[in-house]
Amino acid sequence: MDKFTSHTGVGVPLRRSNVDTDQIIPAEYLKRVTRTGFEDGLFAAWRNDPSFVLNNQAYAGGSVLVAGPDFGTGSSREHAVWALQNYGFRAVISPRFGDIFRGNSGKAGLVAAQVDEKVVQRIWDLLDAEPGATVTVDLESRTVRAGTGIDAIEDSFDIDDYTRWRLLEGLDDIGITLGHEADIAAFETTRPTWKPVTLHAV
Amino acid sequence: MGKTLAEKVWDEHVVRSVDGEPDLLYVDLHLIHEVTSPQAFDGLRLAGRRVRRPDLTLATEDHNVPTIDWDKPIADPVSRTQVDTLRRNAEEFGVRLHPLGDIEQGIVHVVGPQLGLTQPGMTIVCGDSHTSTHGAFGAIAFGIGTSEVEHVLATQTLPQAKPKTMSVTIDGSLPEGVTGKDMVLALIAHAGTGGGQGYIVEYRGQAIEELSMEGRMTVCNMSIEWGAKAGMIAPDQTTFDYIEGRPEAPKGADWDVAVAHWQTLRTDDDAVFDREIVMDATTMTPFVTWGTNPGQGVPLGANVPGPEDFDDVQDRIAAENALRYMGLEAGTPMREVKVDTVFVGSCTNGRIEDLRLAASIIEGHHVAADTRMLVVPGSARVRLQAEGEGLDVIFKQAGAEWRGAGCSMCLGMNPDTIAPGERSASTSNRNFEGRQGKGGRTHLVSVPVAAATAIRGTLSSPADLTPATVGSN
Ligand code: SF4
Repeated sequence: MDKFTSHTGVGVPLRRSNVDTDQIIPAEYLKRVTRTGFEDGLFAAWRNDPSFVLNNQAYAGGSVLVAGPDFGTGSSREHAVWALQNYGFRAVISPRFGDIFRGNSGKAGLVAAQVDEKVVQRIWDLLDAEPGATVTVDLESRTVRAGTGIDAIEDSFDIDDYTRWRLLEGLDDIGITLGHEADIAAFETTRPTWKPVTLHAV
Repeated sequence: MGKTLAEKVWDEHVVRSVDGEPDLLYVDLHLIHEVTSPQAFDGLRLAGRRVRRPDLTLATEDHNVPTIDWDKPIADPVSRTQVDTLRRNAEEFGVRLHPLGDIEQGIVHVVGPQLGLTQPGMTIVCGDSHTSTHGAFGAIAFGIGTSEVEHVLATQTLPQAKPKTMSVTIDGSLPEGVTGKDMVLALIAHAGTGGGQGYIVEYRGQAIEELSMEGRMTVCNMSIEWGAKAGMIAPDQTTFDYIEGRPEAPKGADWDVAVAHWQTLRTDDDAVFDREIVMDATTMTPFVTWGTNPGQGVPLGANVPGPEDFDDVQDRIAAENALRYMGLEAGTPMREVKVDTVFVGSCTNGRIEDLRLAASIIEGHHVAADTRMLVVPGSARVRLQAEGEGLDVIFKQAGAEWRGAGCSMCLGMNPDTIAPGERSASTSNRNFEGRQGKGGRTHLVSVPVAAATAIRGTLSSPADLTPATVGSN
């Protein structure tokens, strides 16, 4: 996984709450067996609507999504994270994320930055007033920044320490865990033998 | 201080715990299906890794499979590739698979309990958010993403921050005709779709203890719909009776040792939950959704709410959007909402008890003229069991379609979808925009409401039916 320290890119205001993973990518797009190509399904139901924000040229090349509360609730499909990444998003800002979505983001290298609802409102207003304005998500200092002068927005965001550290270092989770192989093996010797198994000696 | 049920099960599975890092949790059972696993197996191959414990892993085909002509090759080539990929991966990595056509094939959350693999005190994960279903047995069970599937395949563990705990106590007994589904829909409407976020929830109280295992699974299934990490119910005699004698249940002396341990899996009297919710079962009624998230629900006897009924700005906007999408007028009695399609099935309500209940209501009636009804068993075994009991005949005589096992119209990934603008009453768990087909409108309902709605063509409960003349139609 690539390291993530700070990213500045065009902010895209998604003025909706409760954007579940079925909205981010509908089930019919989940049949691929690769990790790429999911951008075609991103927000599929809304993409045909000319007034949908991603169809506004001003936000073309957007890479920081700014969404309402409860973004990414619902299904566990990591395809939702891949679709956002395949489209070009590096970070999502929201006041509250679905748990599994946030976990998936951390694993796949998409920064899910949780901020106060008021901050989202201010960034939305800024992006509406100045379409194409950039937003910075700085993982090192844990801050989001947007705008300049007296209207500049700067606020801290929440992300758990462990995920932040892994993203900053670009570390593969599985590699870290395999480093604890001895602990896992030791634990396995203590498991009760009556616990079920799926394979039986014949 | 004592421990909660969740804390007891959690602590029994901690492989490694270090300050400032998530706990490394051991996984007792890893369930796999075709949609969220291909990229995980690819990752293993790329890194030259193996599946650490194939003997704690089980795969089945459910999300993408057809419910008609399941004995023929899958027509859609992309779906076929995905299913074939699972078969190849299972073979290559030595994972037990129940493919389409196998008697144990079915929705992964129906298959685990039915085999007796789901047992109290376990940790169970699956690349599917409704893994919370298995919590009904007193297990910690939760959904994971594909990167985590790969992690569990490679290490049989997951790094997890310990969630907070919450109790939801449902006092009193449910009135006749009111089910676990109504209970959990009422709870979600009360707590909000984000209300459970960050918590493992323990459901307790008289109404929970009185539920069958199927009813408990329905309640735990929907934990994720209000954002909870997992939902659990302490195991008791109902749990033990359900498990005993199933193919993978402990046998002989092992059974006694297991039960003795399971009996310790109760929240201690002096344990403290981080949050508590108390509700009264005695005043609960059939509950249905009107909107596009599972929290947007009302009693069946109520009217469609309007945006002005909500104090919070976001809720008001969400209500406006939902009413527009659902094509509903505020103030319309829910009972007058006309339904095109009724779906009975899914990991929420696709078990044998659900089908028996639906059949008992539909028997001697006929599905309304402009309404279609789809009955999809949760597993091949449920299908055979239902057919053995003649339930399929009852459904077919009433004009319903009887199908093969799978997720089907719960998520519309296979050909079972509703058309744009079509309205469904569904026993599944998600009423998101487009969930059952692009532009489709979903009302979440209980099994009795689904059956009565099929007969009347508008949202109804069995109390609205005139008695059937059994045997005629
Ligand atoms: S029945 Fe529906 S909710 Fe359950 S596993 Fe299948 S798609 Fe998911």
